[in-house]
Amino acid sequence: MSEKFTVSAEINGYPVSKQVEPRLLLSDFIRHEVGLTGTHVGCEHGVCGACTILFDGAPVRSCIMLAVQAHGHSIETVESLGTPDDMHPLQEAFHEAHGLQCGYCTPGILMTLKPWIADNPNPTEHEIRTALSGNLCRCTGYQHIVEAVKIAIEKTHHTEENE
Amino acid sequence: MKPAPFDYYAPTTLEEALALTAAHGTDGKLLAGGQSLIPVMNFRLAQPTVLIDLNGISALQRFTATESELKIGAMVRQSVLERDPAIAHLAPLIHATMPYVAHSQIRNRGTLGGSLAHADPAAELPVLAVARDARFRLQKQGGDRWVAAADFYQGLFETALADDEILTEIDVRPLPDNVGYSFHEFARRHGDYAQAGVAVLLTVDDSGVCQAARLVYLNVGDMPMDAKGAAAMLVGNVITPELIEAAAQFAAANEIAPSGDVHGSAAYKRHLAAVLGKRAIVEALSKV
Ligand SMILES: Cc1cc2nc3c(=O)[nH]c(=O)nc-3n(C[C@H](O)[C@H](O)[C@H](O)COP(=O)(O)OP(=O)(O)OC[C@H]3O[C@@H](n4cnc5c(N)ncnc54)[C@H](O)[C@@H]3O)c2cc1C
Ligand code: FES
Ligand code: FES
Repeated sequence: MSEKFTVSAEINGYPVSKQVEPRLLLSDFIRHEVGLTGTHVGCEHGVCGACTILFDGAPVRSCIMLAVQAHGHSIETVESLGTPDDMHPLQEAFHEAHGLQCGYCTPGILMTLKPWIADNPNPTEHEIRTALSGNLCRCTGYQHIVEAVKIAIEKTHHTEENE
Repeated sequence: MKPAPFDYYAPTTLEEALALTAAHGTDGKLLAGGQSLIPVMNFRLAQPTVLIDLNGISALQRFTATESELKIGAMVRQSVLERDPAIAHLAPLIHATMPYVAHSQIRNRGTLGGSLAHADPAAELPVLAVARDARFRLQKQGGDRWVAAADFYQGLFETALADDEILTEIDVRPLPDNVGYSFHEFARRHGDYAQAGVAVLLTVDDSGVCQAARLVYLNVGDMPMDAKGAAAMLVGNVITPELIEAAAQFAAANEIAPSGDVHGSAAYKRHLAAVLGKRAIVEALSKV
């Protein structure tokens, strides 16, 4: 039963290949095998959203997928977004609006928002809150996160350099 | 948390998958989106010794959508049901209800067939399937049968599926233009499983007389609760506010069997069902 399978996937643009047991969760693969600990795990049953990554470009919960299922697929984690010197507009916005306190929920929120912001240039506040509804934050009360999303949308779609 | 060990198979054709279900029967579990199965494996509430992953079978991810036919493969993702324009046009009730099914991240993995086969009494899709008289195709090695949604659901998490069968396709049937539809539910937070909900379908003729009606409730019984008595009260009559009130009250009092939980008593759920039923009939009527 502990027969190992090869997982060859692209993670943040780089090829990764490892031997894994089929029961290894994708979240644990990313954190323990690949060493990318930016992806957090809170509940490990799909409820909190801390482990959200992009799987072939779409946000999914990595704690309720198996690592073997990533074979041949592409994954993006929070580490792909930017660096301290060259932050992604979402990261800049969360920094400016104080959109995090402990930061545990933040990687999942950023990965949920990355494609959503690109597709939604003019959302209402209600739509922003709906987009965030699959990610729990126990610190902020969400107010500053919503503010950060508005700023990120401004930066992405409505600044002069983009027009 | 870690699932217990299992043997893993990732067939790429339906034939291979059917051979695997025939060989492994009760020990095997099918893995669709994994959005219900993996959580219970993480808790070790489920410890299948064989996991048969259906995600590599592209034939199960297709659907046919024409004006007269809507057949959807079991592995079509819930996010496709939510966004595909052809499905939105032919099955507007499904399209309108999808945002209530969990969260977007979960709908990106969760499948139509997985939700229907899982048979959670709080799930939306089984209720829609019963309300629309959808038919499910159950295949096994050397065998194939179609089962009506109403016959598929048999009890709490109990269905007509045998251990060696796979739900492969769902005949959803396009919603005729003259049918008014609506879905209402109440959940504590958006995306949570609802405390109660109802799908309503109504057909009304030119003189305002109701020709056909369906009211199917979620999470107020062991499976989708088809309120046939309330529907019969509407059929043959002009639907007045008094009749709406009476039908919604009748369904809530006689045709559901809610049990209380930490979020509300059985009496509260009956109250919710009556209120949601009324709202849903009013909205469906406005769309006829
Ligand atoms: C946090 C959270 C919130 C959720 N909220 C909701 C909600 O509000 N409403 C709702 O309806 N759902 C909700 N869900 C469940 C979600 O919709 C699941 O996607 C769905 O119930 C199961 O679909 P799946 O494809 O993920 O199936 P899986 O989890 O892979 O499988 C579920 C079961 O069905 C069996 N199965 C799967 N496919 C087939 C098949 N083709 N033939 C035979 N058997 C099969 C499996 O063996 C397993 O027993 C939620 C899930 C989570 C994690
Ligand atoms: S850790 Fe994956 S959803 Fe909570
Ligand atoms: S910042 Fe602490 S959980 Fe969100």
